[in-house]
Amino acid sequence: MIQPHGGKLIDRVLKGAALEEAKKRAGTLPSVRLDAEQTSDVENIATGVFSPLEGFLGEKDFRSVLDKMRLANGLAWTIPVVLAVDKKTADALVPGKDAALLNVAGEPAAILHLAEKYGFDRKETARKVFGTEDAAHPGVAKIMNMPEVLLGGTIDLIRETPTPYQKYKLSPLETRKLFQDKGWNTVVGFQTRNTPHIGHEYVQKSALTLVDGLFINPVIGKKKKGDYRDEVILESYEELIKNYYVPERTTMAILMMEMRYAGPREAIFHAIIRKNFGCSHIIIGRDHAGVGSYYAPFAAQEIFADFPDLEITPLFFRSFFYCKKCGSVVSDKICPHGKEHQIQFRGTEIRDLLLRGEYPPAELVRPEVAKIIMDEKNPFND
Amino acid sequence: MKKEFTAVSIPTSLYKEIEEAVQGTNDGSVANYVARVLRESLKKGGEPEEVFSAEDEEKVKDRLKALGYID
Repeated sequence: MIQPHGGKLIDRVLKGAALEEAKKRAGTLPSVRLDAEQTSDVENIATGVFSPLEGFLGEKDFRSVLDKMRLANGLAWTIPVVLAVDKKTADALVPGKDAALLNVAGEPAAILHLAEKYGFDRKETARKVFGTEDAAHPGVAKIMNMPEVLLGGTIDLIRETPTPYQKYKLSPLETRKLFQDKGWNTVVGFQTRNTPHIGHEYVQKSALTLVDGLFINPVIGKKKKGDYRDEVILESYEELIKNYYVPERTTMAILMMEMRYAGPREAIFHAIIRKNFGCSHIIIGRDHAGVGSYYAPFAAQEIFADFPDLEITPLFFRSFFYCKKCGSVVSDKICPHGKEHQIQFRGTEIRDLLLRGEYPPAELVRPEVAKIIMDEKNPFND
Repeated sequence: MKKEFTAVSIPTSLYKEIEEAVQGTNDGSVANYVARVLRESLKKGGEPEEVFSAEDEEKVKDRLKALGYID
C-alpha cells in the first residue's frame, strides 16, 4: 500500500494517562476558541489526514508553502493550514507554553504547544494561494477576514467532536485497514462536494477498471451558498452505490474539511489527503476545486507536472457528456460526433430542473438519486 | 508499543546546519528531520513504520466491523 505523505502516518490523538492528564491541565491553560472548520483541521492533523503536519504551520513553513508550494523541508504542500487569532487572544499566549484549543461547544478539543506567533499579509496570501485578490472569491473573502496573528505549533487531540455522520467518519488508519481487509492494493479516491450524476458515475467506474477499489470521499463541512447540503450528498451516494455499484469494490467515507476553492493548489492538497487515506490514485476532473471562472479548466491537472514526487497517481478526466448517437457517456477524446448530439452535465441546469420539481433525464441523473434530492425540502445550502 | 532509539554520529557542522534549517518547520527537531529523510530514502525497499500498536489495530478492526464496513 502507498505510504503516507512524508513516510509516516501522524497520530497525535492522546490516549490513556496522557489523555487524562491533558484533560485536567486544559482547564488551567489560556484558551483559543475554534470554529467548526478549525476544529476539523485539528482533528485532521491529529488523525493523520494532514500527515506529515503535526500542528499548525510555523512561519518558515508558511512562507515556503506560499512561495514554493512545499514545506520548508521540500515536501509538497500547497495549502497553508494555519490558526489565526486576534491580537488580544495572541497577546495572552506565550511561545514555549501550551494553550487549550476549545471546540464550538467550548470543550477542550486539543492542546496547542505554541512555538511561535507571526503576522502575515492577507493580500499576498490570497494572491499566492488563490491566484487572485478578488474578494468575490470565497477563499479570498475568508483570508481578508482572518484575524491578524497566526499561531504555529504542534497539537495533541483531547476529544473528537461528533458529527451527524459518524458512521462515515473514518481516519486514515481505519481506511488503510479497510483497504487491506478488502485486499485492495490499488485504490482510486474520488473527491466530491456534489450529488452524483451519470458523468460522475462514468468517471468513477472508468477509473475503477484500472484499480482494485473505489473510495468515494465527499467533503463535509462549510461550503458555498447553493452547494448541496451534506446529508443530501451522502444519501444520494448511498442510493447510487446500493443500486449501481459492486459493493466489494466500492466504499465511502467522509472528509470533514472546509472547501477552500483554491483550484490547482487544492487539487494537490486533495491528492495528498487521499494518499494519506491509502489511495494510490486520485481522479482529477475539469476545474477540480474551482469556483466561478478563476482557474483555467485544466489548470488543476497541469499543476501535477510540478509535483513528480507526489507518489499518488492522478487520473485526469476531460469534459464528458452524454452523446445521443453513441448512446453513452463519452468525452471529446473518444466521441467523433458533433455538439448537436451532446447532452451536457451542467450542474446548474440539473439543479434548476430539480428546483422546478422536474426529474432530469435518466441520461443525466439516476432516478433514485433524483428522488433523494427532490424529496428534500431544501437540498441546497442557504 | 514503546519505541526504541539509538544514536548515530554525524558531523557537528552538519548537525548545526540541520538545526538551523528545521527551526519553525514541521520537523521541529534534528532527530525528526534525520529520521524522516532516512525513511524517505529507504522506503522503496522497506516496510512502512508501524506507528500504531497492536491494541490500536484491534480497536480499528472492531470499529470497522461495528460500522458494517467489514464482516
